[in-house]
Order: sequence, then C-alpha cells, then structure tokens
Amino acid sequence: MKRLLVLASLAFCLAACHSRSQDVELRFWAMGRESEVLETLMPAFEREHPGVHVRVERLPWTAAHAKLLTAVAGDSTPDLCQLGNTWVAELADLGALKALDAELRDDEAVPVSDYFPGIWRTNQIGSVQYGVPWYVDTRLLFYRKDIVKAAGYDAVPTDWASFKTLLKKIRAQSNAERYGILLPLNEYEPILALGLQSTTPVLKENGTRGNFSNPEFLAAFSYYISLFDEELAPPVTNSQISNVWNEFARGYFAFYITGPWNIGEFRRRLPPELDGQWGTAPLPGPHGPDASIAGGASLAVFKRTAHPKEAWALVEYLSRPDVQQRFYDLTGDLPARRSVWETGSVKNDPLTAAFREQLERVRPAPPVAEWEEIMTELRLMAEHVVRHEYTPAEGAAELDRRADRMLAKRRELVQAGRLP
Amino acid sequence: MNRQLWGWLFAGPALAVVVVFFLLPVLAALVLSVTDYDLYAIASIHNVRFVGLRNYIDLLSNPLFWQALGNTLYFVIVGVPLSLAASLGGAVLVHSKVARWQGFFRTAYFAPSVTTVVAVAVIWRYLLHTRYGLINYALASFGFAPIDWLGDPHWSMPAIILFAVWKNFGYNLVILLAALGTIPSDLCEAAELDGAGAWKRFVHVTLPGIRGTLVFVGILTVAGYFQLFAEPYVMTQGGPAQSTMSVLYLLYDEGFKWWNLGRASAVAFVLFLLMYATALLQTRLTRERNA
Repeated sequence: MKRLLVLASLAFCLAACHSRSQDVELRFWAMGRESEVLETLMPAFEREHPGVHVRVERLPWTAAHAKLLTAVAGDSTPDLCQLGNTWVAELADLGALKALDAELRDDEAVPVSDYFPGIWRTNQIGSVQYGVPWYVDTRLLFYRKDIVKAAGYDAVPTDWASFKTLLKKIRAQSNAERYGILLPLNEYEPILALGLQSTTPVLKENGTRGNFSNPEFLAAFSYYISLFDEELAPPVTNSQISNVWNEFARGYFAFYITGPWNIGEFRRRLPPELDGQWGTAPLPGPHGPDASIAGGASLAVFKRTAHPKEAWALVEYLSRPDVQQRFYDLTGDLPARRSVWETGSVKNDPLTAAFREQLERVRPAPPVAEWEEIMTELRLMAEHVVRHEYTPAEGAAELDRRADRMLAKRRELVQAGRLP
Repeated sequence: MNRQLWGWLFAGPALAVVVVFFLLPVLAALVLSVTDYDLYAIASIHNVRFVGLRNYIDLLSNPLFWQALGNTLYFVIVGVPLSLAASLGGAVLVHSKVARWQGFFRTAYFAPSVTTVVAVAVIWRYLLHTRYGLINYALASFGFAPIDWLGDPHWSMPAIILFAVWKNFGYNLVILLAALGTIPSDLCEAAELDGAGAWKRFVHVTLPGIRGTLVFVGILTVAGYFQLFAEPYVMTQGGPAQSTMSVLYLLYDEGFKWWNLGRASAVAFVLFLLMYATALLQTRLTRERNA
C-alpha cells in the first residue's frame, strides 16, 4: 500500500514536472470590451499552438494606465498587452517594451505596407518599433443628413471656411435654437484633430518644448474658438449634455466630432425614424480634406517576458486578416489592416467609408510620456479662451510656457543622453 | 521595571501598527516631497534627484494651487456653517416634544449618509440639469431663469455645497440628537418658568448643553470638508474652468494621473499643515471661551 502511494506520487510529480517544462502560459493584459471578446478568440490560437495557454487578464480602461505603471515599477509586467497607442511612448521611455524590429523583418504575417502609415508610426519611437496596431480609430464628423439637406447642401464641405458657412446657415434657419456642432469642452480631441492639420508639430526641439504659438496651430485654435464665439457650438461639457444621443436625435446640434465606437452606439440608441438620416464625413481641413488623430490600440510585448516567441506568435495570430475580420464583427473596432477593409462586412458598411478615407490621412501626436498631461492643459486652456479669460494668442503662449515646464525633466534627460 | 515592561507589551501591537502603517509612510512621503520622483524614476532610480524645497516653491507659485486652495476654503467656510446649522436645526426639530414619528425621521434623514457618493451624485446631476432638472423646474415656478448649475463656474461650487450639505445632514443630525437627549428636561422647564422664550432657552440652555458635542462635530466636519474630492470628481471632474478643483483633487491628479509623486507628496504636506493649524485654532478658540 505504502509503496503504491510512493509510486503514485512519483508518477504525479513526473507528469506535473513534464507538463511544466512544456507548457507555456502567456499573460495577456487587455481592457474594456476587447478583453471580453478575446476569450472567444483564444481557443483557436491554443489549438494551433499546443502547449501554449493564454491567460487574458482584464483591466478596466479607467484603471489600466495606473496598473501598467505600477506593474513596471514592481517588475510584474505581463508577457504582452493591449496599449492605447498614445501610451506606447510612455512605456517605451520607461524601458518596459521589447523592440519588435527583428520580429517584423521579413515577417509575412505582419506586412508593414498593409497598415495605415499614420497609425503605424504611432508605435515608432525614434526608429524603433515597439508595437503592432491592433485596431484603429480616428475622429471625424457624425451629422444629421436631413438638417444638412434642409440647409441646401448635398455633401459636407471639406474646407474650414465653407464648413462654417454651413453651420451659420443651420443656426439661422432654426431661429438660433439649434447649434451647428457639438464640441464638448471636456474633450481635447476635436482641438487636437484640427491642430494636427498642419505641417508644423506642436512640440519642438525633439519633443522637449511647446510649439503651440506657431501660426498654423494658432490658426486651428482660433478657428475652434470662433465656433463658440459665433454661437455655432454650445459651450458645454459632455456631462451637462447628459445624453448626447437624445440631443442628437432632437436636433439640438447637427454635427458632432467623435470616433468609430459611436457608429454602434448611434445605431443602438437613436430612434428608428432617424434611420438613414445620419451619416459620417471626413474632417474639413484648412484648405480641403486634411489630417485627423491617429488613434486606436496596439499590441506590445514586454521586455521582461520569458516567452518572446510565443508572445509574438499571438501578435501574429491577432493580426491575421481572418481574425481581424472576426474581431471587427464581434466588437465593431475598425481593423488595422487595409486588406481587411477590401473585403467583408466593414467594406459594405456605408458609415465606415468616411473612416476609411480619413485613416489614410491620420497623423500621430508627438511621442512623449508627458503628452496626456499636456493635452489636459490644452483642454483647460481652450475652456478659458472660450470663456474670454485669454485671447487665443495669449492662450497658446501660456500653453507653451506650461508645456516647457512639464517637459523640463525630459529636456534634462535628453541633454544628458539618457533618452533618445 | 516589570510594570513598565508590561505596559510596553500591552501598547506594543497597537504601536507597531501605527508605526508601520502610519509613521513610516508619512516619513517616506516627507522624503519623497523633497525629491523629483516622477515617471522617469520608475525607469531608473538614478533619475531621482534631491531638489530641496523646489516642489513646495513650485506649488506655491502655481496659480492652479491657489485656485484649488481658494475653492477648498470657499467650500469649508460656506459649507461647514451651513452644514452645522442645517443639522442642528434638524436635530432640534426632530427632538422637539411636538414632533411625531421621531424614529422614522431619524432614519430618513440618516439615509443619505449611508448611500455611496457616486450613486447619489448621478441622481443629483439629473436634479441639477439645466433644462430638465427638477431644481430648475421648481425655481421656474417662482419665476427664476434657469441656472446652469454644473456648467457655470459661478454656480458649480454652490451646487457642490448644496449636495455635500444634504449628504452630511443626517450624520451630524444623529450625533447632535443624542447630545440633545442628555440635556436634563428640568433645566428647560426651570428656564421656562423664569419666563425665557424659545430662543432664549435655545441660546442659554440648549447650546451650552451640547457645546462639547458641537465642537467635536465642528472639528470633524471641517476636517472632512477640507478633503473635498469625491463630489467634484463624480459631478464636475473639477470643472467648469477648474471652479470645483480642490486641493485633494490636485493631489490626486499630480500623484495618480501624472505620477509626479514628489510634487503630490508636497501637496499632501501642505494640506496636512493647513488642517492641523485649523484644528488647533478651533480647539484654542473653544478652550478660551470655556475659561
């Protein structure tokens, strides 16, 4: 009996030790809706890679940033992670991400040319590639077709001046009860989207000083402010609106600058009589169609991973056109690869066509760790200027001063050669 | 000697907890507040430098800090007396001999303080809504123009104060109600026989009777109101135009949003000094009157 027990425990140990030496467990951090959907995509991957098990660990978006930084500080990073692509720079500066250039070289599973160039560049810090775009997003116009038609337009104008003329017409026709466009004061994205429509970057000297006073950004900033001054946009935040979809359906405003997730939300929440009465259009630019924000999320591998090969295999799997297609059907997140746009459900949706066009023209924001902090200042400053506490030029100059202060440490580290 | 040893043994566990979970972190934060510990320090500890009092000087020269401090003081100076007066008034009413259903009212008034701020704030956001809110609806029936409570920088803080007073109302009320119960009723009757009216009885009998409790409730409320955070965080995110940005909110942004732990620690110490000074002042003032 005793011998049997010893044998049994020996066999158990052998089996356990055996499986431990072969099996690999990948820890994959994902957020929000994407993390829920991943569970349905993982079994196929695990079938193709026997012995690899993926543990998807779900983070809420609101806590993700702090958790990532804590993990880096505590050396407890996962193997790979879904990263908002404005966070790539920050984590790369911290030295937490693995450079992927070697994996990408001659890798037919992830062909660089199949990606939108503006989005691809958001993952490039210096000349090093730290991530692969997973799904993409940008900001453009959602609008009421019936209201635009009633104002005598068949299509949305593509340059700033004629777009403003349309907004004025809408305002006048409604006896000043309707606004032309909703630009929530608690969002910096509409300002940034307009500000990116210039060839001069908003940070200078290798991203160590603010450059908001340059004439091109100032023109965009003044244009944005003028929409409030001429009462074409209501000076409100999202929380004051309470329910954007209701107000859109009521016709409180005709245009709204927002992102692709709202395609699904609008479909679900707008009343049926508005079917076919609303659409999407690319952002107007200073002199015709121009840039917008390069958003979305990427897949990044952490430097400390013990399984770089398996982690890269998972990145390849999630980048495959058929998986991207499935992912789009499950989430509505726009695919990162152009080839997926050529076929299937995303091509047949008239509401995504404007996104397809805009995505070819997106421009990445400067890759610095302090970016979100600077954007918060931009949003606050815009609110002060809308309330006439500063002129646009004074506001831009003050923004430069604040950005310089926030970037002081970065400046020192770059000068000392500790940062690229 | 033996007695002393026993004393330490008994105090030991509690003392250890205080040292490990309070004293050491506070000391660590004090050290942090004289360094430039930030995002880059996570990458390499060599990126941390001793900066002396620079965090404090930066803070004192930051207009946002003064605005946050001004907002916080506004909240404390207007909110605390209002909150105390409302709770005291409520307690006197519930305690009154003619009041019926005391148990019911006590429970009903206490209910807001046991609900979560977040859930209630969502409801208040609807109450305060400019176009569909119940509060503006009621005001309109008296002929007032609609007020943009959470969107107008002049009205956002009053709206937050209103919310906070309502939320705190029951908690202080229950404590004061208990204190009112300890005043001997023959004192009131004697005063009444001597010809004191209701107001005189309140000022000369009731108030001195609950003085200790009132001071205690006052200090607690001031300390609580100085730490204004959850209300603006949920209702206004510090806006509009940073009119509801509090000192604690500034600390949260610096520390947990931007990871400037050095600067956040400096904010924490400034807030601590401020609250300590206020509490000291309060006890000093009440002690002098006692003498």
